[in-house]
Amino acid sequence: MTSITLFGLCAAVLIGLGVYGLIVNPQPLRKILAFNLIGSGVFLFFGMIARRGAASGLGGDPVPQALVITGIVVAFSATALAVALLLRLDAAGGPSGLDDAVDGES
Amino acid sequence: MMAGLVLDGLLALLVLAVAAWTIGVCQTFAATVGFTVYGLLLAVVWMRLAAPDAALTEAAIGALTGVLLLRAAIQLAPSEAGLNRLRPALKLRLLAGTLAFAITATLAAVVFHLPEPAPTLVPQVTAQQASTGLGNAVTAVLLAFRAIDTLLEAVVLIFALVAVWSLAPDAAWGGIPGAQIKGGSGDVRAYLSRLLPPVGIVIAFYIFWVGADFPGGKFQAGTLLAAMGLLATMAGLIQPPPVASRGLRWALVLGTLVFLALGLAGMPLAGAFLAYPEGWAKPLILLIEAASMLSIGVTLGLLVIGYPAGQAEQ
Repeated sequence: MTSITLFGLCAAVLIGLGVYGLIVNPQPLRKILAFNLIGSGVFLFFGMIARRGAASGLGGDPVPQALVITGIVVAFSATALAVALLLRLDAAGGPSGLDDAVDGES
Repeated sequence: MMAGLVLDGLLALLVLAVAAWTIGVCQTFAATVGFTVYGLLLAVVWMRLAAPDAALTEAAIGALTGVLLLRAAIQLAPSEAGLNRLRPALKLRLLAGTLAFAITATLAAVVFHLPEPAPTLVPQVTAQQASTGLGNAVTAVLLAFRAIDTLLEAVVLIFALVAVWSLAPDAAWGGIPGAQIKGGSGDVRAYLSRLLPPVGIVIAFYIFWVGADFPGGKFQAGTLLAAMGLLATMAGLIQPPPVASRGLRWALVLGTLVFLALGLAGMPLAGAFLAYPEGWAKPLILLIEAASMLSIGVTLGLLVIGYPAGQAEQ
């Protein structure tokens, strides 16, 4: 067991947690949050792959690292758009929850 | 070695605990606070994975995401109050749990069966890096070897902002984005937003400048600039320009225009789109980075501020 494997497993659990939260939490904002958790898990997984590619003095493969940086910024812009949609829906008096998410609750 | 592994293990447990709390806690506001903490912890994980550039980005973007989500949580609190009390059916939770477990188990199995030796592009990058004149391999990948990704990403940011702005009610179109904030010159926000931006702006330019050779670059610097602007905006000391402002629109597209112009100039001068002429790579990359830093800073800040809501909806 190395630190690299450890963070790889950590990423796997984060993705699982995110998927669970995305399905189970009825609040749309919580779904956005869970989706971000999945995203960060995927980035971390990629970072783990980059770390494995360490060679000739570099701590990790710079190509996946650069792609992760791009990914983090794009994920932020998608989150901002999702939040803006949600706030607009709320301001327009739209439904606050997603029906099928709370289907069958007591 | 052993101490490092134990520390990494504790860090991973802390990250997972905060993530689980973010998913499981009842109040949405508490979840967003948890998510902000989670972003900072992830930055530490990136350091442990020897990716300081990603760590800087995660810390900076994580803070912006935190502001965005916290504000949304406060605004949505009245309409979400009812949803907070709902518990999803046991059947749904079991199914979701099974699915999540299956995904995690598959990924964990993948972790233990990765190809050996690990595939790497380090030899190709180090062989070509000298031609860019850059000391930071990540910046070389972002601005030279995979420049097309970085160019398209800047375009994605602008599209996202256009999409956010287009949510504005018809009456508010062209107005000042976000809610109007009345500044109190005596409160702590006003104090902080006078104290921090001078320091923050200097650090942003420093991060941009050293990004050529050390961890840093335009994304991290631009995010820091955006944060400083947001601080002053939220204290009511400055107001974002109206979205119809021509100067603002030029500022948004400046980075992409410079990038595209130099990329196109590469076709006759260096024989390929986004190629740099021999010996000119570093000054051209710095020029692109400087223009992009300003555009990225303005775009990210405005993404957090949101669409022009007008007076009626505040």
